[in-house]
Amino acid sequence: MEGELLTGLVVFVLASFVGFEVINKVPPTLHTPLMSGANAISGIAVVGALLITGTQDWNLVTILGFIAIILATVNVVGGFLVTDRMLQMFKKKETAS
Amino acid sequence: MSNNLVTVAYIAASALFILSLGGLSNQETARKGNLFGIAGMAIAFIATALSSQVTEYTTLVAAIIPGAIIGAIMAARVAMTSMPELVAILHSFVGLAAVLVGLSNYLQPESTLVGVEATIHEIEIFIGVFIGAITFTGSIIAFGKLSGNIGSKPLLLPARHLLNLSMLGGSIFLGWQFMTGANGLQPLLIMTAIACVLGVHLVMAIGGADMPVVISMLNSYSGWAAAAAGFMLSNDLLIITGALVGSSGAILSYIMCNAMNRSFISVILGGFGEGSSSSASKGSQAPQGEATPTTVEETAELLSNAKTIVIVPGYGMAVAQAQHAVSDITKILRKRGKEVRFGIHPVAGRMPGHMNVLLAEANVPYDIVLEMDEINEDFPDTDVVLVIGANDTVNPSALDDPDSPIAGMPVMEVWKAENVVVMKRSLGIGYAGVDNPLFYMENNQMLFGDAKQNVSAILSKLSESSNAKSATTTEKVLVKA
Repeated sequence: MEGELLTGLVVFVLASFVGFEVINKVPPTLHTPLMSGANAISGIAVVGALLITGTQDWNLVTILGFIAIILATVNVVGGFLVTDRMLQMFKKKETAS
Repeated sequence: MSNNLVTVAYIAASALFILSLGGLSNQETARKGNLFGIAGMAIAFIATALSSQVTEYTTLVAAIIPGAIIGAIMAARVAMTSMPELVAILHSFVGLAAVLVGLSNYLQPESTLVGVEATIHEIEIFIGVFIGAITFTGSIIAFGKLSGNIGSKPLLLPARHLLNLSMLGGSIFLGWQFMTGANGLQPLLIMTAIACVLGVHLVMAIGGADMPVVISMLNSYSGWAAAAAGFMLSNDLLIITGALVGSSGAILSYIMCNAMNRSFISVILGGFGEGSSSSASKGSQAPQGEATPTTVEETAELLSNAKTIVIVPGYGMAVAQAQHAVSDITKILRKRGKEVRFGIHPVAGRMPGHMNVLLAEANVPYDIVLEMDEINEDFPDTDVVLVIGANDTVNPSALDDPDSPIAGMPVMEVWKAENVVVMKRSLGIGYAGVDNPLFYMENNQMLFGDAKQNVSAILSKLSESSNAKSATTTEKVLVKA
């Protein structure tokens, strides 16, 4: 576990830097789609909820995990679809002009 | 699926998420970026579902199907104008999910953990629940403020910094109890409640004008919450993804704060509200003079006679759903050989980039939609500026009045143009609660009323007059003949 925490921290710090680097030069036009896309990705919490809920029969843990799965799924599906909807608008215009 | 395969799938998913964020930050690759994100999520999801840790499928399906349906309906139904609300409420879902994951993780202790390992695990749970709870309630308040259910004015309790600090201190104390006491659940739940209150309080204290930054901050928090869940489950994929979203949200908020010349820290702690309350109490700089009202006819006339026109949209355009009519006006004016451009303030609307999305929806070509920095120097050469439902972003007191709460914020310098027409429902103060001296300037006229009705009225006047013009020219031709 101690080892896992350390690797976890290494991974965490490196990933944070990747996030900084990747986002640094975003044009303001794309802020809204980027945010809803990033929001959809943060729905990755669904994986955590799956891991907790997956093994057991009905009890308090499963019920909490169950709700967490629903919430995270709404987030993932809704987030990606709405991002796509927005980006489609940008694209439509590109071909039109 | 074996654990090794799951790990490989997680690595692939992480890489796809990085590509996704990278793609989303560029106009040409944005859609591909979104597809990468979907692919990454699908891989992560399937790999987890097939891993040895997940065996009970009926529950999963029962949870995922309604979730997916709700999500799809929300995404399909939402109007582009209410994007900020949607994003805010989705953030709250991630926050709540993180809280629930943390709580159930605690209730289902891994018996293998002893000593230091157990302590580390408990710290991870505690922090995860704390961040999740703040994200949850903070986002709900942000949603309420954006949808108008909660007033946009900052709520400033006396000694609120002390209050925040004591809530933080209380949570740390409870964390210590949580780890040492026999019954850990009680302090954990109390801390969750405190963190919920803290989330409410933090966002309540932030004024309306800073809402775009808040949304982006909450986006970042929801990422950190997912990362914390990753630590407690020792799941690298969650840690990577959470950190990616967390840091990208943070850098985005920072970019926005720079655009508003606002200190990052003071936005988060509600420092903006402080300025507004102090100047309000001083009552300084009440604008002088009278605003000149104008009519639809005069505005249409003004536009017909102008050569260069800049349209500055704000949230009012979004609320009135006027973007399509605005786009039609633009088409007519451009057809008549006028130079029409759009100037977008970095924080116009309630969410950064919101105006760009709306104009894109209404088929306004990209190349005439400019950023504030690109267009500000052109205002002195502009004949008519049409301000549609914007207020704070065109407020000159940000530059002249050091006491103004929005002092130092870069604004669109529309008053340098020959003529300015501000379309607004009333002379009321803007979302930030600040008076606007622009309305009382000599070259400024006010066109009161609903933005959409007015824009449509101007549109019909313009198309009328263009018909009339062609009619008169044909008449002249006839007379000559």
